[in-house]
Amino acid sequence: MEHSYFFIAMIYLAAAVVFIPLAKKLGLGSVLGYLLAGVVIGPSLMGFVGQEGQDIMHFAEFGVVMMLFLIGIELEPALLWNMRAPILGLGGLQVLITTAAITGIALLLGQPLNASLALGMTLSLSSTAIVLQSLKEKGQLASAAGQSAFSVLLFQDIAVIPMLAIFPLLAGPDASNNAGHTASLRDNLPAWMQTLVVLGAVIVIVVAGQYLVRPLLRVVARTRVRELFTAFSLLLVVAISVLMSLVGLSPALGAFLGGVVLANSEYKHELESDIEPFKGLLLGLFFMAVGASIDFKLVLSMPWVILGLVVSLIILKAIILLILGKVFRINTEQNLLFGMALSQIGEFAFVLLAFTQQNNILSTRMVSIMTAVVALSMALTPLLLLIHERVIQPKFSKTDKDTNTREADEIHEKHPIIIAGFGRFGNIVGRFLRVNGVKATILDLDSDRVDALHNLGVKVYYGDASRRDLLAAAGAADAKIIIIAMDTVEQTLDVVKMVRKNFPHLQMLVKAENIPDTYELMDLGVLHIYRETLDTSLRMGADALQMLGIRAYHAHRNVSTFRKQDEKALKGLSAIRNDKKLYINTVKERIEELEKLMSNERVTKWNPSAQGWDEQSLIDEANQD
Amino acid sequence: MAKILILFAHPAFEKSRVHSQLLAAIRGMQGVTLHDLYEVYPDMGIDVRHEQSLLLQHDIILFQHPLYWYSAPALIKQWQDLVLEHGWAYGHTGTALRGKIAGSVVTAGAQETAYGREGWHHYSVSEFLLPFRQTALLCNMQYLEPFVIYGTHRLTYSGIAEQAVSYKQMLERLRDGQLKIK
Repeated sequence: MEHSYFFIAMIYLAAAVVFIPLAKKLGLGSVLGYLLAGVVIGPSLMGFVGQEGQDIMHFAEFGVVMMLFLIGIELEPALLWNMRAPILGLGGLQVLITTAAITGIALLLGQPLNASLALGMTLSLSSTAIVLQSLKEKGQLASAAGQSAFSVLLFQDIAVIPMLAIFPLLAGPDASNNAGHTASLRDNLPAWMQTLVVLGAVIVIVVAGQYLVRPLLRVVARTRVRELFTAFSLLLVVAISVLMSLVGLSPALGAFLGGVVLANSEYKHELESDIEPFKGLLLGLFFMAVGASIDFKLVLSMPWVILGLVVSLIILKAIILLILGKVFRINTEQNLLFGMALSQIGEFAFVLLAFTQQNNILSTRMVSIMTAVVALSMALTPLLLLIHERVIQPKFSKTDKDTNTREADEIHEKHPIIIAGFGRFGNIVGRFLRVNGVKATILDLDSDRVDALHNLGVKVYYGDASRRDLLAAAGAADAKIIIIAMDTVEQTLDVVKMVRKNFPHLQMLVKAENIPDTYELMDLGVLHIYRETLDTSLRMGADALQMLGIRAYHAHRNVSTFRKQDEKALKGLSAIRNDKKLYINTVKERIEELEKLMSNERVTKWNPSAQGWDEQSLIDEANQD
Repeated sequence: MAKILILFAHPAFEKSRVHSQLLAAIRGMQGVTLHDLYEVYPDMGIDVRHEQSLLLQHDIILFQHPLYWYSAPALIKQWQDLVLEHGWAYGHTGTALRGKIAGSVVTAGAQETAYGREGWHHYSVSEFLLPFRQTALLCNMQYLEPFVIYGTHRLTYSGIAEQAVSYKQMLERLRDGQLKIK
């Protein structure tokens, strides 16, 4: 059936709209959702989309280019320079060792040397698109595992350049002379010229980014035509891709470089917000195309071979990554994430496999098997990450607590106040107490922070305040007050429960982040709860009122009225919060009540506590006489 | 030309009919510093050193406020309690304010007749302000007869405007040394 362009667009979009919310609801993440959507609409299941899958994938790969541009723009050059060791070390070793291992195994299985080497190189790469998108979605990109994964992926993008150069050398005797990838300028040049061309292209991007793009951005922005800026942003990324393809470099790498050059630009955020939706859509399309390209007929015809290949490749790659992670001192929990995240084979393998086929390095049958293996391994990655999140991570955060790598400090002081948690909140409380001559025993769970504060001469003990023995050592039996300002709600609740059980005489002053936390603390019987942002927001509101010409004292009083009412209302609401309907109605009532109260203050009468300054009744009386 | 400091206190100035006009009339007068206490210290956190240096820079100190319960709004009391320190304003070494002049500018809701022996309130405004007088004397200052605007509950807009003009004239004469001080 010949489908119209719009029909196909409709199928893809509809599949996204149906499957992404479903996947999110099931906690699977959007990448897996897209992949599933692709499988469902693909030729194997419903057959809405078929042969154009491969073409769409090539088109949608542009999403990866945009993603790297966006990653680059968030990465300042100095930061990139700091990452040179993991990029070259970790990334370089990963590519070399994995290539060697797979090549060796292929040789042992009887493949000829050129085919083995091609397979080794192809399969050593991981999927930038899937890994970065999944890690970003889980907020893991900034973690040790995320940073290491990013370094490796960046190196792989660089490694593709020599790979493309080596492949023609591996070509079988009767290979067609046609190089599989788009003909590039370098093809017929001697090696040293090729190097010069590559270097030249990089320099062009850096220089043009600094001296051409920045002024142009200013000119375009000044026209105040919104879509022109969008067009220019797209042009920028497309132009980089074209230039890179022309000299035979990876467009993604070029886009990344272009992003880094513009990281300090004042238009950084506009560029980001313009490219972001295109990137999201194209990446989604790309993932769907990967899902649709899995040839289930082939898989079903030889299920064990393909499954065996997928599993053993994933395990092999993961083991190499885990060993490297260990060498590069990533802690065990993060290392497992790192190993699992990069264990699939990347989208670039599709390009390389097509290339090997054209060059007669691998047989057609081999290529289609490997294509299925690559797509399946990509589809499995979000599942692996899910397993890591649900099974492995929870185990670690538990054992982390018990057999923590760092022992709790020994505590040598006893003060009437204990501060549990010395982050930005506890820190201010502690400073305030200190200038008032009140000494406190301070406990904190963030070892970096503890060390940093030590260097500043502040005595902070490292340790988990939810441990009974640690609090006892901190003098909880003789103390009067404990200030609980842990970094997360879970930690806070742990400490509160432990104190309530073991040190009931301690007055607890507890920091809450938001209203749900406050409710939970109320349920635990905590009397003194301090919502992190309440006072500051009100102070800001009062200043805004004053800037509008409202009297300082009036604003001051209204802040206090508002705060008291808000806290009172919260207490009432806590009891009924599980009845959704009643809760919403009551919230509405309370808002109206408060507005009425405040507007009374504004126009007619003072609130009951301020009638003493209202002369209206006196004036009325005087005029009656 | 003497320098006048007006320590103004009104907790609900946004509703004021009389004091808003009085201030409008005298704002920007040469030699007159208007210090709006409730605006500067809405949380009653008075900056004592700043207040003392202000006092030192002026010759005549006037408390301007509505009469609440025969006295001043709370912030004035807080100001007195904190700023007029022993050893600075009074006591053996407390000579900072010596020779300066103090006075009160107050508004009262009732008519002048109510502030007599036969009236509602039995005592005169001057008598009610006895603590201000004695405070000034203890600080080695002269205390002026209070400038009182009576009957504000019945004053019309134009009535208030007349009072504002005479207030301004009083300040001018005070500033220029034309007002006889006992």
